[in-house]
Amino acid sequence: MTTLPVDPATTPDAVSAPAPTPTPQAEWRTLRGRNVGDRLYRVTLTALALVLPLLLVTLLAELVIGAWPAIQRFGLPFVWTSVWDPVAGVFGAAPMIFGTLASSLLALLIAVPLALGVAIYLTEFSPKWLRQPIAFLVELLAAIPSVVYGLWGIFVLIPFLRSYVVPPLRAALGWTPFFSGVFYGNSLLAGGIILAIMIVPYIAAVSREVLLAVPANQREAAIGMGATRWEAVWTAVVPYGRAGLIGAIILGLGRALGETMAVTMVIGNRHDISLSVLQPAYTMAAAIANEFSEAVGDLHLAAMFEVGLVLFVITVIVNAFARLLIWRVARGTAVGSRAL
Amino acid sequence: MSGRSVRRHVTSGLMTSLVAVLSFTAVFALVLILADLIAKGASSLDWDFFTKNPVPAGQSGGGVANAIVGTGIIVGLAALIGLPVGVGTGLYLAEYGSGRLGWTVRFVADVLNGTPSIVIGIFAWTRLVRPMHGYSALAGSVALAALMIPMIARTTEEMVRLVPHSLREAALALGYPRWRTSLRVVARTALAGIVTGCLVGIARIAGETAPLIFTALGNLNFTTNITQPMQTLPHEIYEYAQGPFEEWHRLAWASALVLMSLVLLLGVTARWAIRQRHGAAR
Repeated sequence: MTTLPVDPATTPDAVSAPAPTPTPQAEWRTLRGRNVGDRLYRVTLTALALVLPLLLVTLLAELVIGAWPAIQRFGLPFVWTSVWDPVAGVFGAAPMIFGTLASSLLALLIAVPLALGVAIYLTEFSPKWLRQPIAFLVELLAAIPSVVYGLWGIFVLIPFLRSYVVPPLRAALGWTPFFSGVFYGNSLLAGGIILAIMIVPYIAAVSREVLLAVPANQREAAIGMGATRWEAVWTAVVPYGRAGLIGAIILGLGRALGETMAVTMVIGNRHDISLSVLQPAYTMAAAIANEFSEAVGDLHLAAMFEVGLVLFVITVIVNAFARLLIWRVARGTAVGSRAL
Repeated sequence: MSGRSVRRHVTSGLMTSLVAVLSFTAVFALVLILADLIAKGASSLDWDFFTKNPVPAGQSGGGVANAIVGTGIIVGLAALIGLPVGVGTGLYLAEYGSGRLGWTVRFVADVLNGTPSIVIGIFAWTRLVRPMHGYSALAGSVALAALMIPMIARTTEEMVRLVPHSLREAALALGYPRWRTSLRVVARTALAGIVTGCLVGIARIAGETAPLIFTALGNLNFTTNITQPMQTLPHEIYEYAQGPFEEWHRLAWASALVLMSLVLLLGVTARWAIRQRHGAAR
């Protein structure tokens, strides 16, 4: 059977048939959909929210494009060769990468016991009236601008190290490669200590939230089994939050890796790999701060871009890893984001 | 008590004291730094410091009026750019952020929050300084704004999520459209929290130096022109601290004290705003 195509608009059926009665829900939806204000509001907010992804994509693109000449020229050996000669146009970032990692690890070595001590004391042992004040004061450490830390490092910390800390250190441990050489002041040690003070508040704040998220019955069960208070903390509470605590520490590491000003001011800025913490070193962030705007020629600039790219990639990986660990313990809440 | 039991209790007591000592060490570091700031900075805070511009290197006297005004302009401009975008993003995340875009934006905000500020500086340099063939205060402001947006977005989202659902439902049931509910009921209820987040964000960027080194650069003269290089307090401290002159060091300490007070003032105001919110909730 064949039917002639008819223009639906002209058929009497289509004209007179009543529109299907909408369900109340559908009607509500159309009403909502037609509300111009709602649409405008949503479109505006979405546009604003798109700024951040756009920013990240642009940032990454800029870094890769800027670094491209250096990537092409030096390839992967860029990260493990150590000649940095702007005049000859030869660039290897190994000393900066080494310095960045070494200063950050040194900082962790000092900061982790301090920060975990703060977190454990505040959640488990301190009298109630002391909790808020101490937590507030430790958080204030995070409010001090980086450049003020640098200033303090130059005029207070380094003279202090020179007269009171380094002489006994060298007398006792000068025979090891870690404390050899002459101490001029600006050094890996000074950079590590400044970094440690700067990351303590971050590690402490997140660790504290992790420990607070440990259920009370973990402690009660341990105490009930006859554990002393410290044993309860060390065998029942800390292991329970281990993943989160490691996350907090790695978050601190992420901060330390990217910290610029304070480190630039005290670490000595020398392109050299030395095991001794008394010697000057260099970090990626410090190199960008010092050399970026004074780059000699295009290749030097491209090398600076590549240093930025390496630094960016490392911090992104470290931070993502840290957040993953923290989320495993304190799921759902944006733990630490307030503190950061 | 057996010897073993005694040893266990002694260990417990020792470790308890140890964590207490560690806590007080951290607090002591803060007190030490603040004390040094006051001791070395307070004596230089006179009328000249706030009202005069720097004198040529090596001479004594002069002030940092240019840096104080510059910090105000650059941070103010950064807030002007960053606050609307940050708060808008936060509202988006709280209101419509359950989908894939919401997840992406949240993830990107966290990534950018952890990005070293110096890398953000590179971004501003390639986008603004290079095309405009010159350092400018505007480029510095954009870099600082890019730093504050992710921070403010996440705190705004958290604050808006704290508003009880019943409030929103009540407004919608009364026939309020969604956008008015969102702005006039939800956002207004969370206002104290949002303002706190903004203040904390501003305090954080006010002390930033790294993204300004190759954007706003610094300037020995007084200027209010945002297309020109401009001096800021953090950058001035950075330059003066590394300089050879006693006079510069004196000014650097005083500037650090001023900068620190500014940051603390913003922080204290923020805490006060939080207390207001808790008061209102009760």
